[in-house]
Amino acid sequence: MLIEPDMTIRSTDTPAHTLFKPLPGAQGASAANVAIWFNDRPLSVPGGRSVAAALLAAGIARFRATPVSGAPRAPFCMMGACFECLVEIDGVPSRQACMVEVKAGMRIRSQEGARDLPPTNLADALQENVHGR
Amino acid sequence: MAADFATEAVDVVVVGAGPAGMSAATRAARAGLKTVLIDEQDAVGGQIYRAIGRADARRKEILGPDYAAGAAIADAFAASGARHLTNATVWQVTRERGVNYLKDGKIGSFDAQRVILASGALERPFPIPGWTLPGVLTAGAAQILLKSAGEVPAAPPVLAGCGPLLYLLGWQYVRAGVPIRALVDTTRHEDRWRAKRHMLSALRAWPFLSKGLQLIRTLRDAGVPIFEAADDLRVEASVGADRVERAAALHFTTQGKAHRLEADVILLHQGVVPNTQFTQALRAAHRWDDAQLCFTPQLDAWGELDVPGIFVAGDGAGIGGAQAAALQGTLAGLAVAAQLGALTAATRDAEAAAHRRALAGVMRIRPFLDSLYRPRDVNRIPGDETIVCRCEEVTAGELRKFVGLGCVGPNQAKSFGRCGMGPCQGRMCGLTVTEVIADARRVSPAEVGYYRIRPPIKPLTLGELAGE
Repeated sequence: MLIEPDMTIRSTDTPAHTLFKPLPGAQGASAANVAIWFNDRPLSVPGGRSVAAALLAAGIARFRATPVSGAPRAPFCMMGACFECLVEIDGVPSRQACMVEVKAGMRIRSQEGARDLPPTNLADALQENVHGR
Repeated sequence: MAADFATEAVDVVVVGAGPAGMSAATRAARAGLKTVLIDEQDAVGGQIYRAIGRADARRKEILGPDYAAGAAIADAFAASGARHLTNATVWQVTRERGVNYLKDGKIGSFDAQRVILASGALERPFPIPGWTLPGVLTAGAAQILLKSAGEVPAAPPVLAGCGPLLYLLGWQYVRAGVPIRALVDTTRHEDRWRAKRHMLSALRAWPFLSKGLQLIRTLRDAGVPIFEAADDLRVEASVGADRVERAAALHFTTQGKAHRLEADVILLHQGVVPNTQFTQALRAAHRWDDAQLCFTPQLDAWGELDVPGIFVAGDGAGIGGAQAAALQGTLAGLAVAAQLGALTAATRDAEAAAHRRALAGVMRIRPFLDSLYRPRDVNRIPGDETIVCRCEEVTAGELRKFVGLGCVGPNQAKSFGRCGMGPCQGRMCGLTVTEVIADARRVSPAEVGYYRIRPPIKPLTLGELAGE
């Protein structure tokens, strides 16, 4: 399977529609934003919460693609049971985004298929079957 | 090289920091036992009282008095002298009461005189077409986002299914001023009739019953559209401007009439079931509970398994709710304290009597709730096209094909088509797989059995295991 460039790297400047948002006026709504990287793009996300909650509030709707069909997946249970929110954090694949607190400077990548590392550049992605096993 | 860690000897290890675990650890520690409460989160509370120590007055007001009640249990635990090991994932409990965990990428180990498992509940799988799409979450997930991050759906969500948690979430959204697109209730009139034979016992638990009715009344009064006896649920997908395929609408029928509700957040729920990963991995005896439609570990009156020295308290022993869990936790703590000589049997029994009476009181509502919110067969045993195993994308139709080829149970389903072999280790599909196979073979779920669960209960790398 070939990884389309626009699947692995997508603009995060203007989210199409954000699934969840901080409740206005509620505790944590004014929590300071932290700057992270998502798929090599800078992204400002609310702090003081899990990576999954932070990415959802920043408009990320696709956390990974399944190893079997490449179908998009996103957080489902938020309690560490379903493993749908698996991402790569600071080079470590298969982290449960709902179980890790977001920290400034984190480099997060969507997990594409099986848990090997994503391609380091686009050319590799276009030429190689990076997840063929 | 051998792993570079020491095994620490303690009196009691409690796994899970919800109401059962906190209460168990509190009682054991108060008896003077060296007690460790180990949990995956950074603070006590479990899922039901998640982030209870950080919640301000407004969040407690939104979440309601039942949530706020968790603060007293957390305070008692904090004062008990028990140690709290946070952000630690237990990946194995052995029959010899070794407890192996992973914290900050390093493994550690306890050698415990007694172990109390309080790993709580999971939401029951709700396999419908499209339930794997981004934007489809469990109601519990939405509640965790509210409790731990103060996040709510950006656009009005559809809440679909049945059970107290679904209505509670709706009630909490109404209190928070969050608009709800609709409540799509799968409960049918025949469920209400069936449940009525448990009405007398339910009436004796009137505070619970009236609370449930009040939740639904609040939703009606707020103008939330409520669809009853919904059937044929499926999620429609669309591709958004960000090119991500995601949920776009919920389709369903009521009395043959087709409905389509647009929503990009669809929250599903049809009850909770015991999280039995540890007790299954211990090869403890389990039985099929036909009222709660799940496997439960077999326990004695104090919560001890047929594996000596290992106890279960709370929803992991069968669904009873938070108040029952706290009482069961205290009972297990008392039992352990008496077994280890920290309390006399007479003291244990005297103290336990009041807890047992209270437990009987809070359990009175259960037969009524189990009957009223019994998830319909069609929502547990889905049609051929529906994905059952989310990790490996195995459909109900493929499972039925396996059965046709001679697959008799969940473990064979693994070798037939990797069903249940993904990272969730069957948590999202186990009961569905059991019931689909039982239905196809026309035998009982008890005869089909469950996945053979093996450690590590949560994935860890070989490097972590080797202590690198």
